Amino acid sequence: MNYFTNVDWYDIWMATLDTLLMLGGSLFFTVLLGLPLGVLLFMTGPKQMFERKGLYALLSFCVNVLRSLPFIILLIVMIPLTLLITGTSLGVAGAIPPLVAGATPFFARLVETALREVDRGIIEATQAMGASTRQIIVSALLPEARPGIIAAITVTAITLVSYTAMAGVVGAGGLGDLAIRYGYQRFQTDVMLVTVVLLLILVQILQSLGDRLVVHYSRK
Amino acid sequence: MIEFERVHKTYKVGGREITALEPCDLQIPQGQIFGLIGHSGAGKSTLLRLINRLEEPSGGRILVDGIDVTALPAKGLRQFRQKLGMIFQHFNLLSSKTVADNVAMPLKLAGEHTAAEIRTRVAMLLARVGLSDHADKYPAQLSGGQKQRVGIARALATSPKILLCDEATSALDPQTTAQVLQLLNELNRELNLTIVLITHEMDVIRRVCDQVAVMDAGQIVEQGPVAEVFLHPKHPTTRRFVFEAEQLDENEMANDFAQVQGRIVRLTFQGQATYAPLLGQIARQSGVDYSILGGRIDHIRDVPYGQLTLSLVGGDADAALAQLKAADVTVEVLRA
Ligand SMILES: Nc1ncnc2c1ncn2[C@@H]1O[C@H](COP(=O)(O)OP(=O)(O)OP(=O)(O)O)[C@@H](O)[C@H]1O
Ligand SMILES: [Mg+2]
Repeated sequence: MNYFTNVDWYDIWMATLDTLLMLGGSLFFTVLLGLPLGVLLFMTGPKQMFERKGLYALLSFCVNVLRSLPFIILLIVMIPLTLLITGTSLGVAGAIPPLVAGATPFFARLVETALREVDRGIIEATQAMGASTRQIIVSALLPEARPGIIAAITVTAITLVSYTAMAGVVGAGGLGDLAIRYGYQRFQTDVMLVTVVLLLILVQILQSLGDRLVVHYSRK
Repeated sequence: MIEFERVHKTYKVGGREITALEPCDLQIPQGQIFGLIGHSGAGKSTLLRLINRLEEPSGGRILVDGIDVTALPAKGLRQFRQKLGMIFQHFNLLSSKTVADNVAMPLKLAGEHTAAEIRTRVAMLLARVGLSDHADKYPAQLSGGQKQRVGIARALATSPKILLCDEATSALDPQTTAQVLQLLNELNRELNLTIVLITHEMDVIRRVCDQVAVMDAGQIVEQGPVAEVFLHPKHPTTRRFVFEAEQLDENEMANDFAQVQGRIVRLTFQGQATYAPLLGQIARQSGVDYSILGGRIDHIRDVPYGQLTLSLVGGDADAALAQLKAADVTVEVLRA
């Protein structure tokens, strides 16, 4: 343990837990909100079943605004809203609303793209069977786009991991925060190394899990 | 029975109007296989997709078994579509579902059946199209012909009286095409199924259809029983399709005709006349000599026919032709 003199393994453990909590919580809400938003974007988009030029333009604009905002700014701008939602703007709970706000538009766009990949002929065949719009979405579009949506969840999860590093700004803790505070600001290279390795392992696990699920659900 | 009354369709593309279907009147009787043939862009798919309103007509009425399809509200349209099968050139199966789940889909969407009923019906349909062993495979694991048979099983799941086929065999090789056509033929007879079938091959029409409509530039230019249209094509577009199917060339034929003497006639035998030893008999009796310039013996759906182009020299040609006509042979004089 001579090489890791500055490393407090209990801190590391707590930070890992914080990161996992933030990731899990924000990913859950991102998918919950982003999936319907992505479907709505797709359905109202050009030449689609529910084409609504005005609504699509509005949604598209909101999504673009949120996506163009640097996350660190979003984190601060969101503080009043976060207070309103969670009752605190600090800690893990305080980090989740801005994380969700940052990732949802990104995820919704990926879902929209995944749905556009679905062969029009399949939508048409389902329409010809007498399916309602809801049935087309649930029984045809989502199952056919499942590999694409899983890939989108994977990319979003990994993006969220890097967002969580910045959540230290609101005192949310986590591995990224540890790396910045100890590793970068206090030159404790060993702490930095350990946290970075742990983050790398987390990203690797997410990616290979996602890849495996995509392969499993691709029947092509 | 499917009826079109002055149905037309125009698309608006970037401010410009494109007429895909000129005002069209059409009747397709129950239990028939009705072929639609035409070149690319002629409006075949448009006409077909108007029947289940995948395209909205720009005007006119479409009646299916007396119901005005054009007036159906959204819910009524969905119920109507559930009673109508459709198959596609590229099959359009759901790649995420197994063969059995694809076939079960229309039944599940209709929501009127128990899981056990659906299982039984799916097993029966798969057995009918010869795919019982493939129930748990995914479409990607099947050949083109097998995929189209899944498409047919799926289209028939809700026991429709009408099946719409948009170039159902265009992506298949000749042998697989023959098998799929054979299956459609059988289903038409077994279920008294009305089939509306689009193709750009006259040979497909000849093999399975009862009636055919030839389309050109958004219009039906010729229509009638297949034997009539196929053996005596009138419109230039129809003639082109028939000549293509028969691998004939009008210029070559004119060249051949210049080489021979005497009258040139085309005889068309249909049904039993095809097998009767008429030609030799009549030639002997009338003292006419003949040479065969071209011809073909084949079937239209399952009625045999023969079509021969002959040149006649010497003897009493008028008497010979009269005798042929009396024996139900159609005689066309190509050169007197
Ligand atoms: N959605 C659409 N928007 C604009 N124009 C269309 C649309 N669908 C078809 N058309 C036009 O309508 C005409 C008829 O098209 P249709 O698809 O019915 O032809 P088709 O006979 O089925 O041809 P093919 O053999 O190539 O399938 C064509 O000129 C085509 O460009
Ligand atoms: Mg077409």
